[in-house]
Amino acid sequence: MLENLLSPDFFNAILRATTPILFAALASSVASKSGITNMALEGIMLFSALFGVIFSAMTGNFFTGLLLTMVAGGVIGLLLAFFVLNLKTDEILAAIAINMMATGGTVLLMLAVSGDRGSSTSISNFSAPRINIPIIEQIPFLGQVLSGQNLMTYLSIVAVVVMHLFLYKTPLGLKIRAVGENKNAAESVGISSRKIQYIALILSGVLASMGGFFLSGGYMNMFTKDMSAGKGYIALAASAMGGNTPVGAFLVSLLFGAAQALANIMQLTEIPHELIQMVPYLTTLIGLGIYSYAGMRRRQKLAGKA
Amino acid sequence: MEKNIVLQMNHIMKIYSNGVVANEDVSIELEKGEIHALLGENGAGKSTLMKVLFGIESPDEGQIILNGQEITIKSPQDAISKGIGMVHQHFMLVPSLTVAENIILGVEPKKGGLFIDMDRAVSVADEIAQKYNFDIDVKSKVEEIPVGIKQKVEILKALYRGADILILDEPTAVLTPQETDELFVQLEKLRDSGHTIIFISHKLDEIKRICNRATIMRSGRSMGTYEVKDISTEDMSRLMVGRDVVLTFEKEAAKPSAVQLKVRNLSVRNGQGVLKVDDLSFDLRGGEILGIAGVEGNGQSELIDSITGLNKSYKGQISVKGTNIEKHSIKDIRELKLAHIPEDRMTSGCAGNLNILENLFSNQYTDPAYSGKIMLKMKRIQERSNELIKEYLVKCKSFRQNVAMLSGGNIQKVIVAREFSTGPDIIIANQPTRGVDVGAAEFIRRRLLEFRDKGCAVLLVSADLNEVFSLSDRLAVMYKGKFSGMFMDVAAVTEEELGQYMLGLKHQEEQEGVIYE
Repeated sequence: MLENLLSPDFFNAILRATTPILFAALASSVASKSGITNMALEGIMLFSALFGVIFSAMTGNFFTGLLLTMVAGGVIGLLLAFFVLNLKTDEILAAIAINMMATGGTVLLMLAVSGDRGSSTSISNFSAPRINIPIIEQIPFLGQVLSGQNLMTYLSIVAVVVMHLFLYKTPLGLKIRAVGENKNAAESVGISSRKIQYIALILSGVLASMGGFFLSGGYMNMFTKDMSAGKGYIALAASAMGGNTPVGAFLVSLLFGAAQALANIMQLTEIPHELIQMVPYLTTLIGLGIYSYAGMRRRQKLAGKA
Repeated sequence: MEKNIVLQMNHIMKIYSNGVVANEDVSIELEKGEIHALLGENGAGKSTLMKVLFGIESPDEGQIILNGQEITIKSPQDAISKGIGMVHQHFMLVPSLTVAENIILGVEPKKGGLFIDMDRAVSVADEIAQKYNFDIDVKSKVEEIPVGIKQKVEILKALYRGADILILDEPTAVLTPQETDELFVQLEKLRDSGHTIIFISHKLDEIKRICNRATIMRSGRSMGTYEVKDISTEDMSRLMVGRDVVLTFEKEAAKPSAVQLKVRNLSVRNGQGVLKVDDLSFDLRGGEILGIAGVEGNGQSELIDSITGLNKSYKGQISVKGTNIEKHSIKDIRELKLAHIPEDRMTSGCAGNLNILENLFSNQYTDPAYSGKIMLKMKRIQERSNELIKEYLVKCKSFRQNVAMLSGGNIQKVIVAREFSTGPDIIIANQPTRGVDVGAAEFIRRRLLEFRDKGCAVLLVSADLNEVFSLSDRLAVMYKGKFSGMFMDVAAVTEEELGQYMLGLKHQEEQEGVIYE
């Protein structure tokens, strides 16, 4: 067991397990920064996992499949924005609707396209390739961890950097943060908060769809029913615990990814399968507990000082 | 000397959709390089006029002429592009961003077409701060700087966007005296560099100090524009608070009985820790109306919230009919037969989405007359509702109509009916006729007098001088959390005199008739 935990394979697995959570956590952070909680991440990921399979099979290559999936994710983000910003639906209720639609809708769609109910084995889709990085792959241990990952995993790490630069160094990022923190202030200098929140939610949908694509076109090579398995919700927690910053979301996503990888390894042990399945969710719960407790203590301390 | 008029607002008329006439034929004229005071009580229409100028509200009638050309201002963005800037009373800043980021927000300098040029942002922010002698570290976060500096950031924001005309909405309300001095020095510099400043305030001493001219507003109308050096503070206060129409009520002399409400050494701080009620003591007896006049925000709301049990964190003692209410709930206090007409009828006076019947019984649904052990006695309640609607002249289709659908005056009548129908011994009426049509106001005032004649104790807080004058048996003026004056013979007080007490120009050291024991 311990051998397993210290092997480069385990760390390699952590990065792999982190990828979908990280995409969704970045999606959550950009939405939260604009002042909206995007709880529809779960549904967007599930839809995108199926879309990835269908689009890549249709177009015959993974790249156009990924692009089309990202467009579809953006459209779902747009839909959420329309409900929340134009129709003034409660953002949580609108998200629940999207998530439930995803649960039923993906199965229906899969049945219609392939005749399968449980998984899309009959569709031959195209996954994102694994990539070996020259030079780094030669380094002992580290090479085995960092090299040979799926393209989407590398993209997710690039996305952390891009999102950080976007939110903190570009005019649009500044506007997103201003709208999320003080809508009136932003409006008073002529920023349309609705436009900004639309952009943030569309971007959030695109990021989440990349996480969904990875599930069926990288982590696995097919779509299975309910394969997002709560990763969208875990990502919400990761983003919140990371202070809704891209870098913070990355670090907490790594923690949750490690929990997932640990659960995978523990399946080799005698411990009942059902208990092991709980590990990622238990980690999230404990993590949120610690995070909230620390926040409470900090506020108490501040109040004590004042 | 030739006058250089930069802006004229002519015959502005603004009627809100609820029928409130906020501006009625108001005209104002600004000269280049002056500090122009806009003076008036709360609700006099100053804010509406400025909202029209800043593009937040569109006027129903009238014209705006900027530099000789008639313009329409469609939005705040439009106003900004025409060189009009506004510093709101509540700051429009993003706390976690730096001063520089707040200044450039929406008009960010770019580099490489993609990124914000932060160095340039800092240098332009610094430059503009230097130019106007504002001593600010533009790299510090807004959440970490004191209120006085935040206000300077707001002014810089407007200047950075090229404002020639600067509207300051009660800028000194949140400042310490030192910060106020500093602000005034800066405003004078801005004036000397050719900016025109509109200074909204009701503090006469400040207007005397830095303003060149003053336009005085009252009840939505302009009372004229005056050279500040030619008009005395007494005249200004008379123009600002004077009565429009003298309404008189035929009323018998009060026959005060025992003390019903006793307030001793009451001090209340608001959420920000500011002392709003300062060691206040007074008595209220049965069969009399004690009026409390004063400019809003001088502690009246905090006083009423404490007496009615809405606010529990106060120092001092409040007893209602001999019971110290400190440890008692609002319900307990109401059971002592204390009725409360709240200041804001929509937020704390009624439940808008419930119907008239439900609102009428929200304070007495537990009364055995209307409630059985489990079910309400709906038939009895419906009968009583119809009686009350008739008695209080509530204009409605039926008691099933939602309260929010009624007009302001009718909503107030529902509240008054609810409060008066319990047969109170003490009535706390806070702005009972604000925003209510003349007929309804008259009706409510008559009811208050009837209750007083029946021996009820009435505490009446009102910004409407006409109302406190015509109803009160004793009249106190509240200023900065204290009574600045107490008048036993209301008829002998002139409105000029009252205005001076309201604005803190006069203060009685010894007050008679505040306490009876």
